[in-house]
Amino acid sequence: MNLINTIVIGLKEIWAHKFRSLLTMFGIVLGVASLVGMSALIKGMENGMRESMVAMGGADKVLLEAQAVPAYQDHLADQAPGRTIRDVFALREGAPLLRVVSPEMTVPEVILTRGEKACDPSECVGAWPEVLEMNLHTVEHGRFFNAIDEERAHAVCVVGTGIRDALFGSPDEIGREIIPIGEKIQIGGQPFTIVGMFQHYMGEQEAKERALARRTPKAEPGSFQGPKRQKGWGKRGGWAFSRKNMTVYMPLNTAWVRFRIAGDLDGIPDPRLSDIDIKVRDLSNLEAALQQARNVLLVTHNGIEDFNFRTQENQVESINKQIENARMSGGIIAGISLLVGGIGIMNIMLASINERIREIGTCKALGATGTEIFIQIIVESVVLSILGALLGLLASGGLVEVLGLISPTGNTPVVTWQSQAIAVAFSAGVGIVAGLFPAVKAARLSPIQALRYE
Amino acid sequence: MALLELRNVSKIYHTGGEEIRALDDVSLELNNGEFISIIGPSGSGKSTLMHILGCLDLPTKGEVWLDGINISKASQRELARVRNRTIGFVFQSFNLLPKLSVLQNVELPMVYAGIGGSQRRERATAALNLVELGHRLKNRPNQLSGGQQQRVAIARALVNDPKIILADEPTGNLDTHTGEVILNLFRQLSIQGRTVILVTHNPEIAAVTPRRVEIRNGKVAERVDERLAGLHRQAAAAGMAAGLGVPG
Ligand SMILES: Nc1ncnc2c1ncn2[C@@H]1O[C@H](COP(=O)(O)OP(=O)(O)OP(=O)(O)O)[C@@H](O)[C@H]1O
Ligand SMILES: [Mg+2]
Repeated sequence: MNLINTIVIGLKEIWAHKFRSLLTMFGIVLGVASLVGMSALIKGMENGMRESMVAMGGADKVLLEAQAVPAYQDHLADQAPGRTIRDVFALREGAPLLRVVSPEMTVPEVILTRGEKACDPSECVGAWPEVLEMNLHTVEHGRFFNAIDEERAHAVCVVGTGIRDALFGSPDEIGREIIPIGEKIQIGGQPFTIVGMFQHYMGEQEAKERALARRTPKAEPGSFQGPKRQKGWGKRGGWAFSRKNMTVYMPLNTAWVRFRIAGDLDGIPDPRLSDIDIKVRDLSNLEAALQQARNVLLVTHNGIEDFNFRTQENQVESINKQIENARMSGGIIAGISLLVGGIGIMNIMLASINERIREIGTCKALGATGTEIFIQIIVESVVLSILGALLGLLASGGLVEVLGLISPTGNTPVVTWQSQAIAVAFSAGVGIVAGLFPAVKAARLSPIQALRYE
Repeated sequence: MALLELRNVSKIYHTGGEEIRALDDVSLELNNGEFISIIGPSGSGKSTLMHILGCLDLPTKGEVWLDGINISKASQRELARVRNRTIGFVFQSFNLLPKLSVLQNVELPMVYAGIGGSQRRERATAALNLVELGHRLKNRPNQLSGGQQQRVAIARALVNDPKIILADEPTGNLDTHTGEVILNLFRQLSIQGRTVILVTHNPEIAAVTPRRVEIRNGKVAERVDERLAGLHRQAAAAGMAAGLGVPG
């Protein structure tokens, strides 16, 4: 008995009860749709996190974090020096296993203005040129700060394209790209000159959209175009990048002189840095490099452990954990609906063989063996579940659209063929398991009883 | 040697502590090419006998020999194979599969015999031509009349070229005229050398067959009841036989 024939008979059987079969398939449809949708969402999250990891400086970046002094040093807490520029010099000299040490001094809660326009940068930071390598920035127009800027605390800054868009207008709005080198803006009320601008950072998704937009011809100038719409570059799938585009850097000394000293009206200005970031020479030698840095810092900190290292590895680990959790809960939901779908299929298969007892008896009288009847029922059950799975794949398309709209991270969900294959295979498995009991029951039916059944 | 032989076969049912002897120590020999009717009142055990002759069921006691093989010891799989190759069934209520076309219904026994698609189609079409339904291949069974459905069932019974055709009340659901057409078909099959066994309680049908076996209370009757066998209307039966083109 060949398989195609069996499948054709199974399809006929399903087609004979279209509506009933459709209802039965619904559990599987939902299960598959939620499985595929869920994994698409998680894949999107994963992509977003990976991209943001790169956007924030790559996997080899280590943060030197401040931490509360440990309990046994509690009595020394008021002597803890915090992270200062001394640490940076000491690390440069005393820790050859480090490649880059980059100090940062954040200018908090500052607003950039230019005439009427204002914007809120993601970070406004005083830094050394090391910050470029640390945070993977590229200056595309103009220049970065030099030693004289640093030494004399010049009021100069380098901005991201997002700042330019906000203060001067974006290329999409005004149709040409403004390069604001030499322009003056106000940072926290103080005049600064823009000496450089970073390249425009974007995720894969945006890069694709841009390429597409470039290929489609622009509307004729002068023809009616309707009101201008916000295109929202950099929103979709690239919150990490749009954040990176909203960066403003100034020389470290400038931040210190113009904001810290002036900002602190009474007493001694706070000399502490807001960040020290490190890159090690050899990632495979991370442990040793960090130990070396720790030794150096224990000297500059008088043995007080008010600092800690945070590697991206820790970050990756916690991200992976989150993804794992999301996957687990999504998988459980999908699994439950597939299980319910399976029970529905089993139910309908039992009803179906009950209706067909005479037919089964006839087939046996004509020479069908128990095995052949068994296979027939199993195939029907699997065909039912796979049809449901295919419908589920269709439905998952719509579901993913909706998820994309309401997704909290703004990452586009990505449907992978792996998740689709797994969903279909799983449904087929559910079909087999659900068909097992009815199939055994049908195969065991004695032909006499089946023929006598009215 | 007999084609089909029952040796002291009993079929006993136990229902509610009661013992029902549907067949009680039946011994019977059927030879190749015989045309036989099994007659008897309702509940006498005709269908039970037919199920055992057709290898649909195994006896509680005794032996069934088919073609020199002891069927009573066969496995379910072997029984299915015998039913498929050696026996063709025709039922009172036709038992065609409603979702398959006429052609597919007739192909079904060959599907179970593992015969390839093109040969299946060819042989099924030939069998349907034989029962003069070659023009209704694509129809569903419920689009045919009762007589036509029974002819499809006969085509299906024939298609694997079985030695034995077993029919349980094949004309029971048909009017007299259609019944005669169906009966005529069985007659021709018998003439072609097939063993045909008709189970019936209709004396007119029993009268057509050269040999009659009467079952009474699960036993083979010593002497066939003439009225039941329709022999008192021999003349009429002969007339009918002549009408069917059978030499008297
Ligand atoms: N599965 C069963 N369980 C119990 N008793 C049974 C079973 N099958 C048949 N019988 C009994 O066996 C006897 C013979 O039944 P069978 O069907 O062979 O009669 P029949 O001669 O074919 O009757 P009819 O002419 O009405 O078809 C009956 O008394 C019936 O009740
Ligand atoms: Mg009967």
